Amino acid sequence: MSKINFDDYETIGFYDEMFDAEKNVRPHYALFKKRLHQMGARKLNFLQHSTDRAQLSLGMTFNVYNDNQGIERILPLDIIPRIISGSDWDALEKGLKQRIEALNLFIGDIYNEQKVLKDNIIPKELVLSSSTYLKQCEGLKPPQNVWCHITGTDIIRGEDGAFYVLEDNLRCPSGVSYMLENREILKRTFPELFEKLNVRPVYNYSHNLRDMIESLTNVSPASIAVLTPGIYNSAYFEHAYLAQQMGSELVEGRDLVVKDDYVFMKTTKGLLKVDVIYRRVDDDFLDPLVFRSDSMLGTPGLFEAYRKGNVVLVNAPGTGVADDKAVYAYIPRIIKYYLGEEPLLPNVQTYICTEKDDLSYVLENIDKLVIKQTDASGGYGMLIGPRSTKAEQEAFADKIKSSPRKYIAQPMINLSRVPTLVNETIEGRHVDLRPYVLYGKDIKIIPGALTRVALKKGSLVVNSSQGGGSKDTWVLD
Amino acid sequence: MLSRVADAIYWMSRYIERAENYARFMDVNFNLSLELPPYASQQWMPLVVVTGDLSFYQELYKKADKDTVIYFLGFDPQNQNSIYSSILKARENARAVRPEITREVWEQINHIYYLVKEGREKKQWQKRDPRKFFMEVKKGCQLLYGIFNSTISRNEGLHFGKIGQLIERADKTSRVLDVKYHILLPTPDVVGSPFDLIQWAALLKSVSAYDMYRKEYGKLIPANISEFLILDKSFPRSMLSCLLEAEQSLHTITGSNGGYSNAAEKKLGILTSQLEYADIKDIFNAGLHEYLDDFQAKLNGVSSAIYETFFSLNALDRWRN
Repeated sequence: MSKINFDDYETIGFYDEMFDAEKNVRPHYALFKKRLHQMGARKLNFLQHSTDRAQLSLGMTFNVYNDNQGIERILPLDIIPRIISGSDWDALEKGLKQRIEALNLFIGDIYNEQKVLKDNIIPKELVLSSSTYLKQCEGLKPPQNVWCHITGTDIIRGEDGAFYVLEDNLRCPSGVSYMLENREILKRTFPELFEKLNVRPVYNYSHNLRDMIESLTNVSPASIAVLTPGIYNSAYFEHAYLAQQMGSELVEGRDLVVKDDYVFMKTTKGLLKVDVIYRRVDDDFLDPLVFRSDSMLGTPGLFEAYRKGNVVLVNAPGTGVADDKAVYAYIPRIIKYYLGEEPLLPNVQTYICTEKDDLSYVLENIDKLVIKQTDASGGYGMLIGPRSTKAEQEAFADKIKSSPRKYIAQPMINLSRVPTLVNETIEGRHVDLRPYVLYGKDIKIIPGALTRVALKKGSLVVNSSQGGGSKDTWVLD
Repeated sequence: MLSRVADAIYWMSRYIERAENYARFMDVNFNLSLELPPYASQQWMPLVVVTGDLSFYQELYKKADKDTVIYFLGFDPQNQNSIYSSILKARENARAVRPEITREVWEQINHIYYLVKEGREKKQWQKRDPRKFFMEVKKGCQLLYGIFNSTISRNEGLHFGKIGQLIERADKTSRVLDVKYHILLPTPDVVGSPFDLIQWAALLKSVSAYDMYRKEYGKLIPANISEFLILDKSFPRSMLSCLLEAEQSLHTITGSNGGYSNAAEKKLGILTSQLEYADIKDIFNAGLHEYLDDFQAKLNGVSSAIYETFFSLNALDRWRN
């Protein structure tokens, strides 16, 4: 039986979550490492195999639909967990709470007094011209003044071992069902480790979610619905999962009807009022009368019912304005502005091209930086400095000079790595981290997260569509 | 319960029941073909005829040999009613109602799905003996009914599911009975011969009715077999018994005790009492095949009424008024 060994394991050039640069195991991984040695490679591979089967039989799949047969894929779950020490987590949690509190105040301000714009903390035009800014939300005050009830923030660990926020997902962040189901599977895979390691539990996420949702309405018991675009949506597994875990209805837009500015579900016994909708349909598709008129996913009249306070939407429409790439660069200032505190959780160093000093730094160092167009996503409108030609750099420099508002720049970042099972051996693979933040009467963060892992050797891309997988994230006491 | 969800549970159950019945048909017909004299051994066409998809079959295929029919009824994605298509659709419906069913039910549907998907990939229809596969499909479905019954609360969802299953089952039993009409006997004087009896016995076996029939009637007599499968009140796959149970579920949903409160209850009630007061002699006099044809049409009417009453987008107004 081949033993697991780390003789050829590389730790140079980035932060490894399990070993330090001298290849000493970090304390919070010590017991796990010992257990890996006892287990051996074949056993580990066997466990990996049964994990794949478990994911299939649970139907933990996302669809890539071409026709009605579709292609179903699982998000591969690598059974080697990503382990985070309790102290690291506690610091991360504090930083996240601070950040989400500030972002929420920011969104409320943007749609009401706009003090932050008047005080020139962030350029007015940049915010109001954002495609995710919704004029329809001006003057709105959602219950408890909370807009971003559910946030999935993308965090990375840099070469220095510190956590950085890469992106805030304030609209319909997904993946939490994978966090919960991955844990269930890993508990079956390594039962004895869970007994010994004091892994903080994640099971009460759904309870907290339901509590948070109920706290937004005075109606008791509240009638709660999860609004999904339907079974062909790639996150449908999650929508169904959360509805089921919360004991709420899973509805599509066509199941709802608005009468006299109240929202009802069409049931076999007539209409039933809905109090809160956890909607997993994007803003633009919520209500054809207010947003995209060609959308079939939403319900006519829904937004008016929301404006009148007759139904709560979770998250509130319009939160996207705060996860715009350009706004991101200003978040440290936003935190200072609203809370009078220094940000606990840093952004990735970001250069704002509308700022004079930043601009000259960017133009001088364009060959070392990643330039991102603020109104583009999915890797478009980007220049990766170190991998570009002189001509490309010059072309981008011209673009930046003519419209500096459209660009930000960041240094190249080497994501941290975690040991990952690759054909009976263990190699390091780059990861990011997505914890989930719930915001109702207070802010709650479950001690766990979805760790996304780039399964391809050397790759920094963790997206599921590009060969990414996931890991269970263990926060130890 | 959401109308769309009730509809999906109803169809999920119908498709599972359909797949199970198709698996039964083929298992039994395969068995039968092994025992029959050579001149009659290739009677696969009747199976296609009774499913109601003959003309579609003839568009696709020239001959009705064993492999082609098994492929068409078992694995053909073009055939919307094949086992493969039925399981696919049952699973899509189950997915749509995932929060209404238990994890155990969902996992078992998934299990059957992977079973037929692999069966298709491994070209089971070309195997010398595909019976093991059909047996597994049948057992997979029966296990699902068990899990469904022992894990789902006696709520609306369960009853809509039962109604779907029972209507499908009544339809399939009537079609099985009709197979006999379509299986050609070489000459009229073969009626009552061992060959004829083997066919009747096979027919009973295809709805797992052989043992119970023997207990009830002993001898294999066509009129008795028909009576058993159409009018028996206690055999769970007889047409009448399916209707009686479906009627009960419908009353549980609406909360009515006797009589009817909507079109669905009315249509189902009429059809059920027609069977309750029927006499097998009258049925034979009118012509068994014609009787079964008429039954299937009326059963479709019940299904449409259920749709209009509970599932359609206009159903609400109808309930109200």
